[in-house]
Amino acid sequence: MAERIGVFVCHCGRNIAETVDVKKVAEEASKHPSVVYATDYAYMCSDPGQNLIKKAIVEHRLTRVIVAACTPTMHEETFRKVCQEAGLNPYMCEIANIREQCSWVHKDKEKATQKAIKIVYSIIEKVLRNEPLEPVSVGIKKKCLVIGGGIAGIQAALDVADAGFEVILVEKSPTIGGRMAQLAETFPTLDCAQCILTPKMVAVSRHPNIKLYTNAEVVEVDGFVGNFRVRIHKRPRYVIEDKCNICGDCADACPVIVIDEFNRGLSLRKAIYIPFPQAVPAAYVIDPEHCLGLNPITCGACIEACDQEAINPNMGDEYIVEEVGAIIVATGYELYPKEKIGEYGYGKYEDVIDSLQFERLLSASGPTGGEIRRPSDGKVPKSIAFIQCVGSRDSQHLEYCSKICCMYTAKHAMLYKHLVPDGKAYVFYIDIRAAGKGYEEFIKRVQEEYGVVYIRGKVAKVYPENGKLIVQAVDTLTNEKIELPVDMVVLAMGIVPSKDSKKLAALLKIPTDKYGFFQEVHPKLRPVESPSSGIFVCGAAQAPKDISESVAQASAAAAKAIALLSRDRLYHEPTIAQVNEDACSGCGICQSLCPFGAVSVTNRVANVNEVVCEGCGICVSACPSGAITLRNTTDEQILSMIEAVLSR
Amino acid sequence: MENDDFEPKIIGFLCKWCGYAGADLAGVSRLEYPPNIVTIQIPCTGRLDVQFVLEAFRKGADGVLIAGCHTPNDCHYFSGNFKALKRIALLKKLLEQLGINPKRVRIEWISATEGRKFAEVVKEFVEEIKRMGPLKLR
Repeated sequence: MAERIGVFVCHCGRNIAETVDVKKVAEEASKHPSVVYATDYAYMCSDPGQNLIKKAIVEHRLTRVIVAACTPTMHEETFRKVCQEAGLNPYMCEIANIREQCSWVHKDKEKATQKAIKIVYSIIEKVLRNEPLEPVSVGIKKKCLVIGGGIAGIQAALDVADAGFEVILVEKSPTIGGRMAQLAETFPTLDCAQCILTPKMVAVSRHPNIKLYTNAEVVEVDGFVGNFRVRIHKRPRYVIEDKCNICGDCADACPVIVIDEFNRGLSLRKAIYIPFPQAVPAAYVIDPEHCLGLNPITCGACIEACDQEAINPNMGDEYIVEEVGAIIVATGYELYPKEKIGEYGYGKYEDVIDSLQFERLLSASGPTGGEIRRPSDGKVPKSIAFIQCVGSRDSQHLEYCSKICCMYTAKHAMLYKHLVPDGKAYVFYIDIRAAGKGYEEFIKRVQEEYGVVYIRGKVAKVYPENGKLIVQAVDTLTNEKIELPVDMVVLAMGIVPSKDSKKLAALLKIPTDKYGFFQEVHPKLRPVESPSSGIFVCGAAQAPKDISESVAQASAAAAKAIALLSRDRLYHEPTIAQVNEDACSGCGICQSLCPFGAVSVTNRVANVNEVVCEGCGICVSACPSGAITLRNTTDEQILSMIEAVLSR
Repeated sequence: MENDDFEPKIIGFLCKWCGYAGADLAGVSRLEYPPNIVTIQIPCTGRLDVQFVLEAFRKGADGVLIAGCHTPNDCHYFSGNFKALKRIALLKKLLEQLGINPKRVRIEWISATEGRKFAEVVKEFVEEIKRMGPLKLR
């Protein structure tokens, strides 16, 4: 059947018509052998304009339509809908941009008219070769995977579960709670961290829509948006969660003593232990690295002590496969490794500790029962130097600002003064960054009401002398050299992504930034979406942030996941890559180039996953056999457009 | 100059997200530039096949402009701009072998906010091609 093209030239009031002779454009267009109808009108996008197109489609039995008007970004959708309403496939409509890229940028009417004709002719060649397309669609698994059980993961899991969707929450350690569980009180309200966190942890464990896997990690991820298949490795706990009544008799009986990581080395625990009393799940766990022997059992003291018969030394690894529609990544942060900062003597001098260790000292459930006692001799330090920006904002270490340290250091100094009113607190800072609701006021209070001494200057060195630690620095406001003797030093260590986040990024095929934080699609407008459709990021895994921001971002990620899971089917632009299987040699170049993992080669033939393909066409121009085409932007179309432009 | 009356024909391959949007912004901002260029929208500069450029020269173009998203991070598809950059570098070597001045191909990173840059680049490029004169093949 011969194609019947209609060309509709818009005046856009005077916007186009003043510089482009629209009647001439229509007249020239009608000379093309496939154009059976061409006309012009004041405003094609207006109701009468749209009706004019619809009427012409029917009356002239048009098979393809060109609207020569403004940029396609503006009204392509409008006119495609018009065509659809008149019974044409919407992809049979193309826009010739004669406003933004012609009438608005040229003054010479004759030249602008000639250019508009060239543009229209190039679009005629394109539309002639367009295929009718239907949107790609696929079903959705109405389940969400949340990776990481810190405050961000907890919040995201609860929000998605409350919306009525099933949630799989995977946490690598034996309990959820994350970093927040280690904190004493939170700035600027001084809420006790555990008091506001543990109810949420319990809510997770009791929520009928949440399935919690602790001691577990995601080890494989396949599939794509709406249809991910994940494999979870659950390491044995050796304690049956439902039977354990957390009496602690097992730990009392256990002969093995190891360093307690929850208290960051400031106390000891047994090989069978509970990370902290409010842990969720509320059950002990055996640390297989330190237990004298499991599978078969060597010592068995805990088994004998347990009245509940909750201990099973023969538990093995479990692998669970789940199918989910959306994934939320909330793997949090770690502190910058202390080994990398030698000059402050961390690791060498016992009384130089990091900020999380200080949190544990401040915590009522911490190793000292909430008293500030220094690690070396258990004495109450009468003076403490808090050093900020340790690793952060430092070209030798982390270029970025870790964002939360100014606030928690001020809080540390305040809580120290609560506990040791006659103690002296010094804060060494570069700049104070206290942007947040009530934050600046908090800092002011610490400085003015609590008399904490703020010294602007970067500390050069910390060294011991006569039972004291000497903090050497230059006060950059007075230019004086300072050598300050103190009893203890607290380092506000910079924040880095969790160490497994690189591995996870590779599994999920999502990018990280140059520091290893998960990359969002757009920092301002799409801050919780990863570039891989259906995978969302939140919390400190995305960038350093405090609890309130993490919670807000987690709820945002949950909202995005809920929006996705609420749909019955996913629809996708069909202007994507397509493989001619007969021409494909199976070389795999396309697979290696695809930024979305949409192409795979099986049985020496490339396959494009229609839902994952974003239609960039990178594979198309790289295929040595010319076996891939991009629907409606084929080589033939572009070559014919080039010819149309240059032959006039 | 002998090329005074010469009006070069230039084809622009603009990526949908940055180059094309930048050209649109030049229009919205009413920034005038010579009408010698006609653009063809492609989804990404990574879609640019070098045969498009060669074909444009064969069919009478005097210059080819390619405009995409800024490196390193602006590409909507992450790395299409880098792929274009590599392809164009190779293409320029090939053009030299063919006796075509490689400066007849110009690749620019123009964001959706850089309407002014688009207009300036076109002006400059048209002038440059005018100085070079028409492309004479064979």
